[in-house]
Amino acid sequence: MVNTKVTLCGTELKNPIIPASGTYGFGYEFADIYDINVLGSLSFKGTTLEPRFGNPTPRIAECAEGMLNAVGLQNPGVDKVIAEELPKLKACFEGPIMANVSGFSLDQYRETVRRLDAEKQIAWFEINVSCPNVHGGGMSFGTDPKAAASVTAEVRKVTDKPIIMKLTPNVTDIVSIAKACEEAGADGISMINTLLGMVIDLKTKKPVLANKMGGFSGPAIKPVAVRMIYQVYEAVKIPIVGMGGVSNAEDVIELMLAGATAVQVGAANLREPFACKRIIEDLPKAMKKYGITNLQDIIGGAH
Amino acid sequence: MKQSIFTVKENTRLTDTVLRMVLAGDTSAITATGQFVNVLLEGKYLRRPISVCDWAEGELTLIYKVVGGGTEQMSKMQAGEELDILSGLGNGYNTAKCGERPLLIGGGVGVPPLYALCKKLIAEGKDPHVILGFNTAQEVFLKQDFEALGVKVTVATADGSMGVKGFVTDAMKELDYDYFFTCGPEPMFKAIEKIAKTSGQYSFEERMGCGFGACMGCSCKTKYGNKRICKEGPVMEREEIIW
Ligand SMILES: Cc1cc2nc3c(=O)[nH]c(=O)nc-3n(C[C@H](O)[C@H](O)[C@H](O)COP(=O)(O)OP(=O)(O)OC[C@H]3O[C@@H](n4cnc5c(N)ncnc54)[C@H](O)[C@@H]3O)c2cc1C
Ligand SMILES: Cc1cc2nc3c(=O)[nH]c(=O)nc-3n(C[C@H](O)[C@H](O)[C@H](O)COP(=O)(O)O)c2cc1C
Ligand code: FES
Repeated sequence: MVNTKVTLCGTELKNPIIPASGTYGFGYEFADIYDINVLGSLSFKGTTLEPRFGNPTPRIAECAEGMLNAVGLQNPGVDKVIAEELPKLKACFEGPIMANVSGFSLDQYRETVRRLDAEKQIAWFEINVSCPNVHGGGMSFGTDPKAAASVTAEVRKVTDKPIIMKLTPNVTDIVSIAKACEEAGADGISMINTLLGMVIDLKTKKPVLANKMGGFSGPAIKPVAVRMIYQVYEAVKIPIVGMGGVSNAEDVIELMLAGATAVQVGAANLREPFACKRIIEDLPKAMKKYGITNLQDIIGGAH
Repeated sequence: MKQSIFTVKENTRLTDTVLRMVLAGDTSAITATGQFVNVLLEGKYLRRPISVCDWAEGELTLIYKVVGGGTEQMSKMQAGEELDILSGLGNGYNTAKCGERPLLIGGGVGVPPLYALCKKLIAEGKDPHVILGFNTAQEVFLKQDFEALGVKVTVATADGSMGVKGFVTDAMKELDYDYFFTCGPEPMFKAIEKIAKTSGQYSFEERMGCGFGACMGCSCKTKYGNKRICKEGPVMEREEIIW
C-alpha cells in the first residue's frame, strides 16, 4: 500500500491534487461528469471584490504543447461568489477549499479575504499577486518584493487561516519575492502562475488575443515551473504549492521532488475534463513504479 | 457532457475544402440540434469545436471545412481511426419558440447544424424554408440533402454561379416566414439583423479553451447578462444579443 496523503499548512489532503484556479470554475461543471470528492482540494476561480467581465474576446490562443489565456479575471465578485457559487460548490465537494483571491489595491485584497473568511470550508487563501492579464493590477504587486510583502501583511490582518501567496514567474528573481512574502507572514507559496506570451496569426498578421498578450500555460511551461520551485524551496521554510504544465502522475512526482507539497493541475482540465481524476488514479501506480511508499517523504527530494 | 471514443466510419469530400465525417460512438449526451462536439486531435493542445450536423443512436455526422492544422489532420483520417470527443456541448436551438413557417439561414460552414434542425422542425409538423449562402457554385454542399427532406431550398451565391445572385439577405427579402434560425459568419448575421422581420435565433462562434464552461474563455455580454458561448450558447435569441 502506498500513502498519497500530504499535509499543507496543517490541513491534511488525501492526495496532493488540486485543480488550479481559473481552470475548474467552482467545481460543479466537473461534478456533472465525475465525483469531485476524489480531489485533495480545489482552488476556485480568482475572486475579486467587484464583479468583473474581463477582457474582450478572443481570450484563448493555442500554441505547441500549451495555450494562452487573457480571460482577465472574469468573476461575479465576492458577494455573489459567497451567495451563489460557494453553495453550489459545497453541494458537490466536501473537502477543504482553497480560496483564490485577486485585487487591484491593498484594500480590495483585504476586504475580499475578510468577506470570505467566515466560510468554514475554506482551509487556505491563495492570494494571486501574479495575474498578467490586468493592466495596473496583479502584475505590479507580484513583480516587486515590497509590494508582494505588503499584500501579505494586509490580508494577514483579517484572517487566521493560512495565507498562500501565488507568485508570477514573470520576474528576474522569484526567490526574493518568495522570501519577502515569507517574512511578511505568508504560510505558503503557490507557483507558478502563467508566463506572459503572445501568438500571432499569420493569416491576419495580428496577435490572436484581443488583449494581444496572455498567460501561457500547459505542458510547455513545466521545466520553468520545476526550476523555480526548486530555487524557492532552497530559500524558504514555508511549503510550496506547485503548478505549471502538470498533466500526469509523473509530473506530480517531479514537482514534489523539486519541492512542492501539493500540486495543482490547470490547463490539462480544459483539454481533458477527467485529467485530475485520471492523475489521482494513476498516482499510486506511478509511486510503485518509482519505489515511493509515502508521498510526503519525497517533497524536495531532488535537493 | 460525455467524453468518449468515436470511430471514423467515413470521411468524404463534399467540396474542395469541406468534408463530411460520419462516426460511430455514444451519442447519448446530445440532446438538441445546434449543439456541438469538441474534438481532440493528436499534437493539438486544445480541442476543435464542430457543430453536430446530424446524429442517431450510435452515429454522429460532422461537416467541417479545412482551415488550419487541426481540420487538415481530420481530413486525412481514414475509416477505422479513432477520435476522442466531448459531446453534448452547448444549449442548441430551441424549437419551442418558433411558428409554423420558420426560415433556416446558413452561410458556408454554418450550414451543417441546420440539417438536424430542419429534420426536427419537420418532425414537429412545421414547414421550414432553407436558404443556403455560399461564394460560388463549387462551394455548395448539403443542398440535395435538404431537398431530400422535402423542404423548399433557396441557394444564394455571391458570384451568381448558382441560385440567387448575392447574399442570403437577397434571398430572404421576398420570403414570408414567422421565425428564423441562423448559423454562419458574423458579417452575415449583421446583414440579417438589419432586414429580419421576425424574432429568431443566432448561433455564434468563439475561440474556446474548454467548450464546457470551465475557463471563461468564450464569454460575451447579452441583454440577459454575461453568457458563455460554449455553455449558455452557442445559440442566442435575437432579443438578447448586443451587436
Ligand atoms: C460552436 C462552434 C461550432 C463550430 N462548428 C463548425 C462546423 O460545424 N464546421 C466547421 O467547419 N467549423 C466549425 N467551427 C469552426 C471550427 O471550430 C474551426 O474551424 C476549427 O477549430 C479550426 O481548427 P484548425 O486547427 O483547422 O485551425 P487553426 O486556425 O489552426 O486553429 C487554431 C486555434 O484556433 C481555433 N479556431 C480557429 N478558427 C476558429 C473558429 N472559427 N471558431 C472557433 N475556434 C477557432 C482552433 O480551435 C484552435 O484552437 C465551429 C466553431 C464553434 C465555436
Ligand atoms: C483559462 C485560465 C484561467 C486562469 N485564471 C486564473 C485565476 O483566476 N487566478 C489564478 O491565480 N490563476 C489563474 N490561472 C493560472 C493557473 O491557475 C495556473 O497557475 C497556470 O495555468 C499554470 O498551470 P498549468 O500549466 O497547469 O495550466 C488561469 C489559467 C488558465 C489557463
Ligand atoms: S470555452 Fe471554456 S468556458 Fe467556454
